[in-house]
Amino acid sequence: MSDIEESVLGRRTIQTALSILAAAALIIIFVWSFSFMRNEEAPKALIAVVALVVGIGGIWALFITVDNLVSQMPVRVRDFLRPYVFITPAFLVLLVYIIYPTIRTIYVSFFDYTRGSGAPVNFGLQNYLVILSDPKLLVAFRNNLLWLILVPAFAVSFGLVIAVLVDRIKWESFAKSLIFMPMAISFVGASVIWRFVYYRSLWGSQIGLLNAIVVGLGGDPVGWLRIEPWNNIFLIIIMIWLQTGFAMVILSSAVKGVPASLLEAARIDGAGEVRIFFQVIIPYVASTILTVTTTIVILVLKVFDVVFVMTSGQFNTDVVANMMYNQMFKAGQYGRGAALAVILLIAVTPVMIRNIRNLNKA
Amino acid sequence: MADTATMQKAAQKSKRQSELTTRIVINVFVILLVVIWTIPTLGLFISSFRDPNAINTTGWWTAVFRPFTAGQWTLDNYRLVLTEDGMGNAFLNSLLVTIPATVIPITIAAFAAYALAWMNFPGRRLMFVLVVGLMVVPLQMSLLPLFRLYSNAQLNGTYLGIWLAHTGFGLPLATYLLFGYISTIPRDLIEASEVDGTTPMTKFIYLILPLSVPAIAAFTIFQFLWVWNDLLVALVFLGTNVDVALVTTRLSEMVGSRGQDWYVLTSGAFLTIIMPLIVFFGLQRYFVRGLMAGSVKG
Repeated sequence: MSDIEESVLGRRTIQTALSILAAAALIIIFVWSFSFMRNEEAPKALIAVVALVVGIGGIWALFITVDNLVSQMPVRVRDFLRPYVFITPAFLVLLVYIIYPTIRTIYVSFFDYTRGSGAPVNFGLQNYLVILSDPKLLVAFRNNLLWLILVPAFAVSFGLVIAVLVDRIKWESFAKSLIFMPMAISFVGASVIWRFVYYRSLWGSQIGLLNAIVVGLGGDPVGWLRIEPWNNIFLIIIMIWLQTGFAMVILSSAVKGVPASLLEAARIDGAGEVRIFFQVIIPYVASTILTVTTTIVILVLKVFDVVFVMTSGQFNTDVVANMMYNQMFKAGQYGRGAALAVILLIAVTPVMIRNIRNLNKA
Repeated sequence: MADTATMQKAAQKSKRQSELTTRIVINVFVILLVVIWTIPTLGLFISSFRDPNAINTTGWWTAVFRPFTAGQWTLDNYRLVLTEDGMGNAFLNSLLVTIPATVIPITIAAFAAYALAWMNFPGRRLMFVLVVGLMVVPLQMSLLPLFRLYSNAQLNGTYLGIWLAHTGFGLPLATYLLFGYISTIPRDLIEASEVDGTTPMTKFIYLILPLSVPAIAAFTIFQFLWVWNDLLVALVFLGTNVDVALVTTRLSEMVGSRGQDWYVLTSGAFLTIIMPLIVFFGLQRYFVRGLMAGSVKG
């Protein structure tokens, strides 16, 4: 054996030893840091630093260490395993966080399963039957339907009209920025903003904008969130306010794609602006309208935060997602909550199927 | 002849006039819309700097018309909400949750997207269908089983637990978006880098990642805002205990317990939205791109 071969062999052994050592060190660091983060006596700032370093550095260290380990293996094993070094973490996360829970939730939805009942018992459709006959839940379904129709309809219509109008003014990007801004705001923050707008003072002058206007016009202040069924509309307005900017931004780029020659031809034929809007622009951006509508529908289907913060579902403003949260985490009705979640899943299934089909086409 | 010339001129003039009218109408209409859209946020912002007594007795708009009335402006609302209402602590917690909950899913997704785009292995097709199919699954489906898993593993109320939860919920979209980008990198570019000693890992770190910066930036912003603004996942896995509460859970608690105290609600709400607004105004181009790309999240 020549010196060179021997030194290469030696280096390889050292490398292997090093990568095993690194893997062991990483495991020790992980275990130590997680117990450290639970330590209630440690100063908060120190925990924060450890958390950030371990959270961000840890994931990288994990990939590189495992790749190093795989590199030490014989060539054929190594080449076979390598893709899995890259893909396995993602697969495991999907398995633990989406696939397993989805199956488990569907399973639980068929059982009589409540907090403290131990294992699920009594297989059957009773959860679904209860849901479909409970008047409170029926109100939630009605409200969800209202949300599902009104939010996309208004957000998309406003978005499209604004997109077409701002295309013809000089301060377009500024106007778009301001209309789009609510998109950055959390639903909780938006709820506080609108609670203030809807607020009714019981005495003294009205400090809520809407009631101040009503009083200014000679009316009596109104408890906007308590008048059924209109209170639903006042919650829905919040969502329209949040989503219009999104619809506008996406539709705006589609509207800019309408060929100028097409518009010019329509004008020469004597079509008015309104007709051009309905018969040229809308057909041209129809597919974008569909995409935006689908996106907003999926979002609205799961609306939770706004109702949770504004009314907690009182005064007949409940929606399915809030009801599900209450059933699962407050009432401890696991089976019923699971059935509600399954209903949400069924509602998005057509979109899921379409996405997978598009994938097969590509 | 002279008649037709004047008539043409008159026609042109009236056409120009009607164009001018249209432009004025459009401008006025857009101004109106912008004002309506901005006023709710403006009211919150102005109120957060007003004296509690002033907030409760006069509308915030009076401060706009009479900004120099003595004694109505104050920073105390912020001081109080940051300390006594625990918003300062919540702000720190939100950063602690949001930063890793953004970096971890992007990292995992980038590795997976690279493998999906440029490696051949058994199971690739299945992984692809999973990623696309799971993208729209409502996260409500996961809450209960995960809560149970977390109780057994003692992960409820821990940072690690919520990082991983957000990682799980954000991963399908992140992988899908990054795949879309990474798969369009020209093959020549990747093959040209194959000199001695390059492994898939070095290629990934030194070539793929730098080339994917636009897509990574877009998704980073989307995920950052998503996690920062999230209420449901934080409620379930972190809870509302003041020690661990985030800005969203803290604010929603305050609405329940101090629903009439507008001086802390307005300043508290403004603190929760300041971070997204900075991101919004600072990185608007990437923000729009991220939102457009991320608009199908489940």
